Amino acid sequence: MAELRDFPSKRAAFFAGMRAAWFSVFFLVLGGTYIGLGALAHDFGFTAWWLAASTMVIWAAPAQVILISTLGTGAAFLEIAIAVSLSAVRLFPMVVALLPLVRPGMKTKGDYALVTHFTSVSMWVESLRLLPGIKPEFRLAFCYGLSVGYMSTAVVFGFVGFHLAAGLPPVLAAALLFLTPMSFLTSTARNCREMIDILAFTFGIVLGPLLAWYQVGLDLLWTGVIGGGLAYGVHRLREALT
Amino acid sequence: MMASAELWPYVALILLGFLPNEVWRFLGLWLARGLDEDSQIVLIARAVATALITGVVAKLIVFATGSLETIPFSVRFAAALGGFIAFLAIRRSVFAGVAAGEVLLLAGGFFFAR
Repeated sequence: MAELRDFPSKRAAFFAGMRAAWFSVFFLVLGGTYIGLGALAHDFGFTAWWLAASTMVIWAAPAQVILISTLGTGAAFLEIAIAVSLSAVRLFPMVVALLPLVRPGMKTKGDYALVTHFTSVSMWVESLRLLPGIKPEFRLAFCYGLSVGYMSTAVVFGFVGFHLAAGLPPVLAAALLFLTPMSFLTSTARNCREMIDILAFTFGIVLGPLLAWYQVGLDLLWTGVIGGGLAYGVHRLREALT
Repeated sequence: MMASAELWPYVALILLGFLPNEVWRFLGLWLARGLDEDSQIVLIARAVATALITGVVAKLIVFATGSLETIPFSVRFAAALGGFIAFLAIRRSVFAGVAAGEVLLLAGGFFFAR
């Protein structure tokens, strides 16, 4: 067993976490994603400050994409809330897996609330990779640094994208808007681990535009439920047959 | 009336964005000690969420809005497809996929923009 990483103080662990955030691959991914989200928010008539607030209180890019694009086109409120909620289910198992790692440094209920709120794909992947190699008492501080590093990156690039979209010629502004679908397409594909994920990925791509084209009510919800349900059904069928 | 018009997007943010999203983080915190990541519920949830998010993404490409609408559908489709192929070919790198898609979109937009 290798020596666990030690720090002179919790403050040092916090700053090491921030550094880790800014020098990880997610810095680029978050930068691109939030430049795209900034352009999207601008396109749908939101303010830059609203986007910054949404980044801090929602802190989940897929939910933000759904909220901006549905709220901007005037979808039914219930559909928006359910669609946002369905996109966030993945946070549930992530929190469950993360908490045992940072529990040693937890003191107050505030710590639990904060770590839980900070949980997002980028922070989670890096936490699960890095925290086991750090002395337990410094893990929470390091995790806070990591989270603050990622969230500040997202907020700043959101502003950048918003203001770029406002001032760029149409073709370049279009390229900014294209960042969101392109980065989500590839990062979602990268998270596909098993056949069921690949099936759900494909069904979603086909059903989303198809149901919208035929103007099916609550098309997004049906895309998720039918696409995900079909993928799960095929998965069970394959398991039963082998 | 003016104040409520400015406040409304923030109310919508909390009610339709923050709460429906945050509820899963709190469920994770309070209810799920020892839930297996491969349990059937988690598996279904992941499949539904995946289909939902790729559905949104496909809609953003097919029914483009704003300045993306000035790029013809064929160019948007080809750029997304090319970007995805680059992603698969170059070690499943998100960066490579996004970069390739963007280059294709810019090239196509430059020649075919309406």
